[in-house]
Amino acid sequence: MDKRIASPDAAIANLRDGMTILMGGFGLCGIPENLIDAVRRQGTRELTIVSNNAGVEDCGAGVLLQTRQVKKMISTYIGGNKLFEQLALSGELQLELNPQGTLSERLRAGGAGIPAFYTPTGYGTVVAEGKETREFGGRMYVLERALRGDFAFVKAWKGDRWGNLVYRKTARNLNPMMATAADYVIAEVEELVEPGQIDPDHVHTPGIYVDAIFQGARFEKRIEIRATRKV
Amino acid sequence: MPLTDDQKRERIARRIAQELRDGYYVNLGIGVPTLVANFIPKGMDVVMQSENGMLGVGPYPLESEVDADLVNAGKETVSEIPGTCYFSSADSFAMIRGGHVDLTVLGGLQVDEKGNLANWSIPGKMLKGMGGAMDLVAGAKRVVIAMEHATRENKPKILKKCSLPLTGVGVVDHIVTELAFIEVTPQGLLLREIAPEATLEQVLGLTEPKLLLPPSGPAVMSV
Repeated sequence: MDKRIASPDAAIANLRDGMTILMGGFGLCGIPENLIDAVRRQGTRELTIVSNNAGVEDCGAGVLLQTRQVKKMISTYIGGNKLFEQLALSGELQLELNPQGTLSERLRAGGAGIPAFYTPTGYGTVVAEGKETREFGGRMYVLERALRGDFAFVKAWKGDRWGNLVYRKTARNLNPMMATAADYVIAEVEELVEPGQIDPDHVHTPGIYVDAIFQGARFEKRIEIRATRKV
Repeated sequence: MPLTDDQKRERIARRIAQELRDGYYVNLGIGVPTLVANFIPKGMDVVMQSENGMLGVGPYPLESEVDADLVNAGKETVSEIPGTCYFSSADSFAMIRGGHVDLTVLGGLQVDEKGNLANWSIPGKMLKGMGGAMDLVAGAKRVVIAMEHATRENKPKILKKCSLPLTGVGVVDHIVTELAFIEVTPQGLLLREIAPEATLEQVLGLTEPKLLLPPSGPAVMSV
């Protein structure tokens, strides 16, 4: 079995206008930089992007907001990207804000064959508007539906040609759930290794979820907020 | 001399740190809440949870240790400590929603006397998103709000009813400001402590709802 693909551009050959892409990453940490660049080059439009944030103006999913390739964002947080905030406030961009735990669980459910679930999060707030609510044990819960994508772009540290993936530190974030919840899942890795080189006990995403894998040509891994101590 | 903004922030963080207990798992929000980590009493083991997928958040790294793959929920670079572990966002929010986090400290735009919190949007003006805040207030065992007592224009932020979009309903346990330590009770807001230089009249004047007082009056905040 060999899921290797020559380039990010080849990996998204079947991406079409109007499709939904799940994009891993938290801020600029653990984002699929090479695939985002490929989408910019390809020029597909009217995309729906599911991503915790939209990076910053010129890095991460923010790049695709600049090129106006995005119709709708499903995200949890906007702070840190002025263009995202402006486009959302002016209505030029459709925005669906989800609580972070709800977004994570919607994706997990989407990959696990669970159509919907009840959560206490957001009860009594705008995120519960129009949704079913129900009481369990004296507490109110909101019915949230599973979420899936046409494509998932996953960034991992290491992967093998079977698609087994290992993430590094907090670059894991939403990547593992997204890897389970799309029709076509592409992993970009910093290091592509042979099957057997990853300790089977250390695999975070089993290869069954992954359709295509490549070693990224370039990882900027930009740091959004460089906080340090002196001693 | 009125307190500077930095002094207010430090005072709020110091007071909240007094609520920590050995063995607590704690999630700190962005801004003033993050400062609480600077005032953990010596010798006390408190494990910081960061909702992007980390337990055991260490201090900011040395310049030579900065790692793009290692950030906190405020997207700042951080370091790991012996015992740190990493996990996915789904696992992180299972911990949070499942009631495993002992205490969370978050910022606030408004809190009202029912313990409702608004902290993620000002319609038409400011839109940040709720991030993990709605899950944290729904799931953490205790929710402490760290905020300035009033707005820049001296308008109350502690209200009878929040006017901004809510983060959670009936979720706040304590409000800590530079002037007061307030507990949300079923009967209303209880003014447990006031700052050393503050007067009762001043605190009441900057708070919209009626404040309940302990039988022997509010204690002096130890800061």
